[in-house]
Amino acid sequence: MSKDKAPITDKARYARLRREAIGQGLRRLYDGVVHEPVPDEFMDLLKKIDESADPERSPS
Amino acid sequence: MMGRSAMDRTTHSTSHSDDTFKEELLSLVPYLRAFARSLSGRHEGADDLAQETLVKAWQSRSSYLPGTNLKAWLFTILRNQFYSERRRAWRQEPWDSEKAANLHSYSESQTAAADLSDIARALQALPSEQREALILVGAGGFAYEEAAKIINCAVGTVKSRVARGRRALMALLDGDEQLPMSDRPPEGEAAREILSQLDRLAPHHGGDKRR
Repeated sequence: MSKDKAPITDKARYARLRREAIGQGLRRLYDGVVHEPVPDEFMDLLKKIDESADPERSPS
Repeated sequence: MMGRSAMDRTTHSTSHSDDTFKEELLSLVPYLRAFARSLSGRHEGADDLAQETLVKAWQSRSSYLPGTNLKAWLFTILRNQFYSERRRAWRQEPWDSEKAANLHSYSESQTAAADLSDIARALQALPSEQREALILVGAGGFAYEEAAKIINCAVGTVKSRVARGRRALMALLDGDEQLPMSDRPPEGEAAREILSQLDRLAPHHGGDKRR
């Protein structure tokens, strides 16, 4: 595409569309991870935290 | 006698709120993973970082003010953790790959990798201040004010970093500029790492999918 030769308005429009597409891509990258299943390690960690890493308080 | 609930808020958290706190932590794990991965540009290590954040958060839970933005609080911890670790790791060796080996769990969510891989790569080529601002505001949906608290800088600074980051990202993706490698670890290592990671993420359905 010859975006460089396009008139100002087209260029601005192109830039806006481009910016939106990139913004969307950024969100998709991030959301892609958000929607991944959480690995079991995290559950295990939070369970473990309960038993060991908490000297202040023991479950009653 | 004083109302207990009023005291709970200001002094020690109760075990009841510990349970709630833990549930909230768990519910925010996906966001911690997303922030860790987009900040570091790596799959390996990112989950370690998220886990370390959870441990830190749990240990310092008494300093969390109930009713405030827990996600932002956690992101602040993760961010601090990331930068202090990165400083260490880059001087010594890359992430502890042995530990990271336990954390592989690729999902099918990254199907449009072709398009996204360019963005991921360009994102990692940005100066880290622009990258984190862009991730928080542009991807994570934080308000400028919240992002400013997480980063610990002025709101106006976040705004300008986001704006500059967007422009730089666009320039990189449009090929107006070479991907700068100057502030990266040895000779384009970061970009190679990201690319190889995305290769692995790419279509690869089935297999080691987890619950």
